[in-house]
Amino acid sequence: MSKPEHSISNEYKDRNSKNTRNLKIWTVAWVISMAITTFAPKFLWDFNTTITLLSVIIHVAIGFGMLLANRRYLRGLDEMQQRIMLDAMALCLGVGLVIGLSYELLEDIRLITFQPEIPHLVLIMCLTYAGAIKAGNRKYQ
Amino acid sequence: MKNRLKVLRAERDWTQAQLASALDVSRQTINAIEKGKFDPSLPLAFKAARLFNMTIEQIFQDEAE
Repeated sequence: MSKPEHSISNEYKDRNSKNTRNLKIWTVAWVISMAITTFAPKFLWDFNTTITLLSVIIHVAIGFGMLLANRRYLRGLDEMQQRIMLDAMALCLGVGLVIGLSYELLEDIRLITFQPEIPHLVLIMCLTYAGAIKAGNRKYQ
Repeated sequence: MKNRLKVLRAERDWTQAQLASALDVSRQTINAIEKGKFDPSLPLAFKAARLFNMTIEQIFQDEAE
């Protein structure tokens, strides 16, 4: 029997690698622009409003670029991988909402004395997302 | 849902990677379908049927039947 026509080149794998690489580049660019927007006004241009505004606009634009790269990455996945991602995102959103609101409440009801920080929530959401993807991959192994 | 993907693939001496490439999905997805852990969508089932030159029913069967 002959081999399938597409056996020589793996279009799915190549496309997926390209989309992943593209998403990585946009994510790194976004993190760098975030660092610049956070620290540069104080250390580089002494809170010059025009330059700060420009850096914020560039940062948001790169953020949207990252979102589009993420959409392209997700659309490039096959249906099972998309299912795994969808389940992970749903769990991440749910955990973010439940934990986030409860965490914020802890200060209001004086169970914690420090101010709840967004990065703590982001960290929990990232860990949830990563764990859910791992669990999803294991489920279909 | 049961399927004969593994048998059909073996008859043609194709690897999971080759079948995955032909159907434009990941090898993990082919593995999950063969093991019955993931049910493919109708478009993917049609694609598999076209590849093997069979009808969908000849490849995929409802387990209730």
